Amino acid sequence: MAKITLDNLAHSYLPNPTSEDDFALKQLDHDWVDGEAYALLGSSGCGKSTLLNIISGLLTPSQGRILFDGKDVTNAPTAERNIAQVFQFPVVYDTMTVRDNLAFPLKNRGEKPAYIAERVNQIAKMIGMEHELGRKARGLTADAKQKISLGRGMVREDVNALLFDEPLTVIDPHMKWELRTQLKKLHHEFGHTMIYVTHDQTEALTFADKVVVMYDGRVVQIGTPEELFETPEHTFVGYFIGSPGMNVIPAKVDGDKAYINGSYVQLGRGYAPLDGKVEIGVRPEFATLSETDGLPVKIRRIEDVGRHKIIRAEFFGSDINIIANEGTPISADMNRVSFDPAHVNVYANDWRVKGEAA
Amino acid sequence: MEKTVNQKAWFLVLPVLLLVAFSAVIPLMTVVNYAFQDTFGNNVFFWAGLSWFEELIESDRMWAALGRQAIFSAIILAIEIPLGIFVALNMPKKGFWASFCLVLMSLPLLIPWNVVGTIWQIFGRVDIGLLGYTLDKLGISYNYTQDFYAAWITVIVMDVWHWTSLVALLAYAGLQSIPDAYYQAAKIDQASRWNVFRYIELPKMAGVLMIAILLRFMDSFMIYTEPFVVTGGGPGNATTFLSIDLVKMALGQFDLGPAAAFSLMYFLVILLISWVFYTVMTNLDKREG
Repeated sequence: MAKITLDNLAHSYLPNPTSEDDFALKQLDHDWVDGEAYALLGSSGCGKSTLLNIISGLLTPSQGRILFDGKDVTNAPTAERNIAQVFQFPVVYDTMTVRDNLAFPLKNRGEKPAYIAERVNQIAKMIGMEHELGRKARGLTADAKQKISLGRGMVREDVNALLFDEPLTVIDPHMKWELRTQLKKLHHEFGHTMIYVTHDQTEALTFADKVVVMYDGRVVQIGTPEELFETPEHTFVGYFIGSPGMNVIPAKVDGDKAYINGSYVQLGRGYAPLDGKVEIGVRPEFATLSETDGLPVKIRRIEDVGRHKIIRAEFFGSDINIIANEGTPISADMNRVSFDPAHVNVYANDWRVKGEAA
Repeated sequence: MEKTVNQKAWFLVLPVLLLVAFSAVIPLMTVVNYAFQDTFGNNVFFWAGLSWFEELIESDRMWAALGRQAIFSAIILAIEIPLGIFVALNMPKKGFWASFCLVLMSLPLLIPWNVVGTIWQIFGRVDIGLLGYTLDKLGISYNYTQDFYAAWITVIVMDVWHWTSLVALLAYAGLQSIPDAYYQAAKIDQASRWNVFRYIELPKMAGVLMIAILLRFMDSFMIYTEPFVVTGGGPGNATTFLSIDLVKMALGQFDLGPAAAFSLMYFLVILLISWVFYTVMTNLDKREG
């Protein structure tokens, strides 16, 4: 187990990157604290897998260094880094039995047969395949194969970090829960540093202590699930996390008021004059529909998702989502929306502005 | 879903049936016809039963040719399959050089058999051929028209030169279908180069390799043109493989009856071995699915 430090790291797949756009992974400094479970969250092509492959050593970064417990491993091969990685699509050795598959990383390191047997049985129990140890991996279902890949990743006890590259994509929803819970349990038991790449926010939020949100090759926010929900540092975080995501509305901010088409929204904090593209962000959970309070909206449709209602509406020409409790009656006269001032965030050029207490 | 029975479908198959009848079935039947009859000329035939087959089974000549043939095919497979795999493993995976290698590798496959034979026949000549002349000047005795080993080596090297690319191309196609994640996982599992080959590359190539083995076996077992052009089956009978012997018997000595029986048995042997291959291959597929 180790602390992983990314120092001034960046990567481009082009041989001679000239502008910032050429970088698949933009400059990044970060410490992955030993023993924490991280989720790397972002949409496809945002650089998550690139970052993961740099950590595991499958890719050499164009610039910067990676340190494991202070030791520079930037150019060290994968084997020397002693990490385990599980990939999106199951990788099993078809011609081997399930047992040999699980034992393979240990055998390659020359472990003792007794230890290997014991460890394989332990892992097999954990992934629920102790009865299939003797059969060939060929012809197993995709999720059984992925369980073997997961098992192979976890079979070594002394790994510096466990990396997961969207490992549950091919597994059916019921199994997903179970495996995720097992991974979490394993993390509590052994305290490995785990980095889990996913584009599924539920997966990220339930698995990780800290979620790292990436957007366009950049880490936009690192925080606990709560921080990501309450104070998204970037409009992308607001939009990407939450269902539906945060409402982002263009506005003019003056002091502690945000003006939208001449009407104003009260803010929880005061702001100095802002340059560039100014927007306010409000989560649907902190918007309330009523007959009398707030600004006018035009309701388009109401979706009842069971535990609450999602109201899709038009607000001064932009789309807005409002969440109302399941019990709240919605009538045709409710055409005004108000926001909880404490949960209205202000963004300049997509980044959150802190503001001062009003 | 229930299938509707429609006898008109037979009409659609009819053209193919006619074509196959004229191109394969009828010629084959004339061979069958010769195999069971004898003639003393004037186009008068009489029934000979199984006597040609019996004569052939007892003849040393046929067994000797079969033995040479089996050894030839075995050597060809033993060289071309590993060599083809080796070449495929070392070909570039993408970019300009990958295309370049692919074109280069397919060139020998485009050359007609008799031209390949002629190339090697001249190449190996001691008086004017580059290979033969060089070897001769180096003091190595090499004369494929007189020396048993020289003849065999020439014929084998020629076949390896001509057909290894086929195996390499097939193996290369199999290798290209392996996702990168397998190699990455192997790196992380610290698998040795041999283990990567043994547990990732070879299993993924198994399907195409079976096809390669089948094709190379059938082709080498029926080889005629190239050794005929280079050695004409000699020196003596050293490189008289089954086809060459068959042609000698049928067209040289005009022994139509024994030659026809020979062809039929030859055909059945190839059919049998191909069937075994096919069964093994389909079983392999089933295990995978």
